[in-house]
Amino acid sequence: MMRLTPRPYVSPHQLLLVPVLSVLLSIILGGLIFAALGYNALDALYQFFVAPLSRPDQIGNLFVKACPLIIIGTGLVFCYRANIWNIGAEGQLIFGALGAGWVALYLPESWHFMMLPLMILGGMIAGASLAAVPAFLKTRFQTNEILVSLMLTYVAGLVIDWLVRGPWRDPMSFGFPLTPYYPDAALIGKLSLPVVGKLGQLHWGILIALCVSGLGWFILSRTLAGFKVRVAGDAPRAARFAGFSPNIVTFSVLLVSGALAGLAGMVEVSANMGQLQPQISFGYGFTAIIVAFLARLNPAAVILAALIVALSELGGDSAQIAMGIPKVVTGVFKGILLFMLLAGETITRYELSFDLRMTGGKMSRGDADV
Amino acid sequence: MQKIIGFIALIGIAIGIAWWSMKPQDEVQQADGASSDPLKVGFVYLTNPGDHGWTYAHEVGRQDLQAHFGDKIETNFVENVAEGPDAARVIRELVEQGNEVIFTTSFGYMDPTLKVSKEFPNVKFHHITGYKRSENMATGNIRFYEGRYVQGVVAGLMTKTNKIGYLGAFPIPEVIQGINAFASGLRSVNKEASISVVWVNSWYDPVKESDAAKVLIAEGADLLAQHTDSPAMLQTAEKAGVKGFGQSSDMHEFAPNAQLFSSVNNWGPYYIQQVQHVMDGSWTTGEGPDHWAGNTWNGLGDDYLVLTEFKNMPADIAAKATAARDGIASGSLNIFEGPMMDNKGNEVLATGAVLDDGGLWAMNYYLDGVLGDLPN
Repeated sequence: MMRLTPRPYVSPHQLLLVPVLSVLLSIILGGLIFAALGYNALDALYQFFVAPLSRPDQIGNLFVKACPLIIIGTGLVFCYRANIWNIGAEGQLIFGALGAGWVALYLPESWHFMMLPLMILGGMIAGASLAAVPAFLKTRFQTNEILVSLMLTYVAGLVIDWLVRGPWRDPMSFGFPLTPYYPDAALIGKLSLPVVGKLGQLHWGILIALCVSGLGWFILSRTLAGFKVRVAGDAPRAARFAGFSPNIVTFSVLLVSGALAGLAGMVEVSANMGQLQPQISFGYGFTAIIVAFLARLNPAAVILAALIVALSELGGDSAQIAMGIPKVVTGVFKGILLFMLLAGETITRYELSFDLRMTGGKMSRGDADV
Repeated sequence: MQKIIGFIALIGIAIGIAWWSMKPQDEVQQADGASSDPLKVGFVYLTNPGDHGWTYAHEVGRQDLQAHFGDKIETNFVENVAEGPDAARVIRELVEQGNEVIFTTSFGYMDPTLKVSKEFPNVKFHHITGYKRSENMATGNIRFYEGRYVQGVVAGLMTKTNKIGYLGAFPIPEVIQGINAFASGLRSVNKEASISVVWVNSWYDPVKESDAAKVLIAEGADLLAQHTDSPAMLQTAEKAGVKGFGQSSDMHEFAPNAQLFSSVNNWGPYYIQQVQHVMDGSWTTGEGPDHWAGNTWNGLGDDYLVLTEFKNMPADIAAKATAARDGIASGSLNIFEGPMMDNKGNEVLATGAVLDDGGLWAMNYYLDGVLGDLPN
């Protein structure tokens, strides 16, 4: 049996160097793959890492892509820190978009000055309400939140499908499954930065994302609520002795992550689409899981992690456009990159040992079987 | 240990810097040769082309285009582009990389294409197949429904149970045209047969398509037609020993005994024509007062739609199918000709009248011969 034991001391050098080495290793491996497939490896790597950053508007687009990942990732950090496994952020995002969309499509004209705040509220409530289902079932019936939250994603997908094809469909859409366009008051505009002006499609939703991440960091590391979440995850018995209710923690982290996923859905539709369609998310809810772990479950680091993941997405497109490298190949490279980063992170913090004895006893907290 | 790691990292950084500094020179060299640059044509694909179906047909068209113009053009494509904001970003990126003509090949790219077309007035955009246009954005389409009339004729002559199963992707005008054209062909030879439509709600979902086909077969359908992209329906038909029609590309390899024929989308001529127009400076969007006026919307008559060999059917039926195909191609056979009744018994086209293109895009009814109600 393999087991991971936390290392008592990790030097700051290692923490800095290991990600660099991980990237280097994946570059070498990726380069070999590209070369083996007959592409110029240096050109391919250039397209992957540098080309997506070579123009100011592309940097803006990088943040646009990272925006939903930052918001959802921050919420998921809360969950995972408390050892609650919300896998259904994708569905909560869709519900959030629906909650916000309902406000956008049906708010009376005289209320339009309150449009965006109400949409944010609607999105967060809708996202949280979907996350409340696994929370309730877990605290009441000890169901597995992984399964419940994951399966609700498919429910959410069918609900939006029904609304967009049925009750909310634009009568002028020639039968196509689209809602009417949101009124102007419901759109998140482009962000104009002080010196450089507009950067590609960068919208001020990114400010929401940065605030969410900063606030998340503050709550998790500087407040009693954050402390409860951390203790509940790291030492559940200690949390109970201290009188922290595990049910309240379970409920709050699921509601927070659901509300944030909902917020991401609201921002995504309002800033980038302006109407609802059957497909509004392209796996952001799932990708954000990787982002949360890449960020070492630290809300502030989520920003960097989201940017890395966004870069790998844009790099894949760029390699495809410029060199015709198929998406499956760039997908493999992206996988290698993320795997190296996560594996490097794990072996820096944990010692890998092979335990040949059949212990059969319970593992101590902090150990994990692999 | 740390020293070794540090050393490796340093080498890495050095390589990185060297490569960063080398790169711009490459680009300068490319730019120097710009005087005889080929015309760059970009394509956006919904899926990866694979070897069958909708995107594959576009990929074949792109290859035809490249072969036709040789080194006068350079074609690029991006596959697996999701319909939504990602599409707008990819289209913009194609423009930034110098593509002057861009074909976006799925309905869901309509709004992203429209948005980007307004940002780059000098680039020519073609969206396939929607209804929104701008100064520099045209719509491309093929009269797919013509092939479905021939399918209807064959189905009406072949069926023993008089039950036809039909897989629809989405209840949009293009698909409804197809169902009604099928019904028109079916009823022209067999007044007893009727069509059951199952909506799969996806263009490509082999599992759902196969499940829907199984249900239709279980309900007695002995002929299956599809307006979805995967060969799953035909494979299911092959196993169950019933017959069906392929879609977008020839699918007989998936179902050698079940495929009667397949309607093949032949995009090559359209792409070649449009790129030629751009080269001549005669390119227009074809926008006119009539919705489709001026746009190239061709079908069997110009080989934009091609039917594969009529197989697995008796020779007399194949002869009737050939006659129907040739009639449509020559214009002697009108698919939608009055009197035309919807399946509720209302007259939708008076005796002697022929449905125009506007009427085709306003079809919000099923013709006689289709069972059930149109979802709304």
